[in-house]
Amino acid sequence: MDDIITLSYGSGGKKTSHLIEDIILPSLSCDELNKLSDGAVLDVFSNKIAFSTDSFVVSPYFFPGGDIGKLAVCGTVNDLSVCGAKPEYLSLSLIIEEGFKIEELKKIIKSIEETSKICNVKIVTGDTKVVEKGKGDGIYINTSGIGRLIYEDLGKDKISEGDAVIVTGCIGDHGAAIMASRNNLVDEFNVKSDCAPVYELAQCILQYGDKVKIMRDPTRGGVATTLNEFVENSEFTIEISEEKIPINVETNNLCEILGIDPLYSANEGKILAIVDSSVAENVVNDLRKIELGKDAAIIGYVTKNFPSKVVLHTNLGGKRVLSKLTGAQLPRIC
Amino acid sequence: MHLSEFKKPQDIYVVINYLKGIDKKINIMEVCGTHTMAIAKSGIKSLLPPNIKLISGPGCPVCVTPSEEIDAVLELCKNNKNLIITTYGDMIKVPGSKPNESLERLKAQGQDVRIVYSALDAVDIAKENKEKDIVFLGIGFETTTPGTILALEEAINQKINNFYIYSMHKLVEPALRALLEQPDFDIDAFLCPGHVGAVIGEEGFEFLVKEYNKPSVICGFEAGDILIAIYKIVNQILNNRVELENEYKRVVKKEGNKIIKNKVETYFKVSDDLWRGLGLIQNSGLKLKDEFKEYDASKKFNITLKQSNINSACKCGDVIKGKIEPTICPLFGKVCTPENPVGPCMVSSEGACAAYYKYLVF
Repeated sequence: MDDIITLSYGSGGKKTSHLIEDIILPSLSCDELNKLSDGAVLDVFSNKIAFSTDSFVVSPYFFPGGDIGKLAVCGTVNDLSVCGAKPEYLSLSLIIEEGFKIEELKKIIKSIEETSKICNVKIVTGDTKVVEKGKGDGIYINTSGIGRLIYEDLGKDKISEGDAVIVTGCIGDHGAAIMASRNNLVDEFNVKSDCAPVYELAQCILQYGDKVKIMRDPTRGGVATTLNEFVENSEFTIEISEEKIPINVETNNLCEILGIDPLYSANEGKILAIVDSSVAENVVNDLRKIELGKDAAIIGYVTKNFPSKVVLHTNLGGKRVLSKLTGAQLPRIC
Repeated sequence: MHLSEFKKPQDIYVVINYLKGIDKKINIMEVCGTHTMAIAKSGIKSLLPPNIKLISGPGCPVCVTPSEEIDAVLELCKNNKNLIITTYGDMIKVPGSKPNESLERLKAQGQDVRIVYSALDAVDIAKENKEKDIVFLGIGFETTTPGTILALEEAINQKINNFYIYSMHKLVEPALRALLEQPDFDIDAFLCPGHVGAVIGEEGFEFLVKEYNKPSVICGFEAGDILIAIYKIVNQILNNRVELENEYKRVVKKEGNKIIKNKVETYFKVSDDLWRGLGLIQNSGLKLKDEFKEYDASKKFNITLKQSNINSACKCGDVIKGKIEPTICPLFGKVCTPENPVGPCMVSSEGACAAYYKYLVF
């Protein structure tokens, strides 16, 4: 174990798991936290709610397809949505660096206003702090959110052999957009962050009730890391087919140029869902009727061939392991 | 042609099915780390019969950089607080000979270490930080040297006087010769790196055939390229032919790139160099010529290499030489993982150990 935190601990991959499981959980363990899902499901005064929090440190804070404000609303709204909740209330905390332009702050707040309207959530409490120049990087945002639980029977323990794996659209766009911004490639590649609320997609999937096993939004660490989270420490394998994975040509090309695997590139408007195979095609057909779900696809199935592993069947017909993200592929992506 | 046509050419299954039917034992070395990763990611090993083995060679720049060099860079950082180290990404995680020391850790402790995609980015950093000394870590083979030259020329033309290159650049041919001279070297044929070929030309690999009698195919980096090159190698062996074939004709020409070759001669001198696993190899490295010493980090900061003791259980040396598969190393996957690497083959995104750990251990 390292004795200091390096950037890899923020990647969403294996080191992030170490940070949470070996440093935080041993002291703060409780039933809800131990599940390590996107949000906690709580019984508050006889009402079931979902509660989630997320911090946003993305650099740059304006990028193609969004900005840190839109991301801060969507991020928490999406965590609540994939827990089976209807997002209702958000808190908003801003940590702003001395010297930050008020005009830019106004743009970010405007974006928060617009996105929260689209998501039909209210920002009901908040906080602001200002730190000295050089002690922050422009602006950091934290949002926490509460949602009314509509469907609570989701979890890794529901996964069984034969289930289908569905992704609601093209993968890796957010990570690609950030990398394009950082490397001045925005003009060369038409890549846009997929940053968007997934509530409607989640509700579409949840129509299928107990046929839906689990949902996650594959943010940091990408689709590969989230799929691993579904099956790690279990008897199950997820086997996916490379040729079934929807991906935008421009995102794919940019990833080729920069040496990034789109399977590890972050998404901010997608859901990975595991559903009973008997309804999988119907789920995908329903998702495709929604604009954000038009590229939805079944990308694989749950088996028991290689316990706890995710296996990728390549375009050539070969197969390989698809492991969790290791190291810091893209620091400060969200 | 679109890239996808090289990833999965039409009728590639004919080649795959042909290879599946081969029962002769054939050991092929893919020299280059980019090939190692392309092979792992496309699942090619799972398509070949067990008797056709693909063995990784000494072509991962990070992997062959010896711990002595890593130690020297870490020492340089510790002794010069006014420094910005610029490097290609994988280098930052390579541990030195002492436990818990790497550029990544120094960065976390406040040292300014920046990952660049291009050596020219390092020159831009120098322009933006005139009060700092910027050192670019020049690693890699014939393919990355031109990038370093571009940066050097930019620095010269723009009269930038705070930019320094620490050249650890290496040459492929001397390393392959050193490997081939080893008595227990058990490789039947070579898959030669296409991008090195783009610089040194077909003629740069002819020694493999003429002097060492090894069938060799210069190969591109998409899965289809690699399968076709393996097919060509197998065909040569089954028909008792020993030839140099060029599968990557869309890029590699007979004579290579004369402009780059001339520029390398202009700026660099060939010198003996230390390789991880292979030791000191004569005339295998490139150092800046004395007339460019004002841009030479080793002169400016008086960098000297000290003997270092690495974890003796680490088998990166044997992996680089193609003697063992990564999983044979006692540290593999236990003490040594991509999160906590002991040796560079587990660190680099082109390293054989990382390829096995990430993609091939089911």
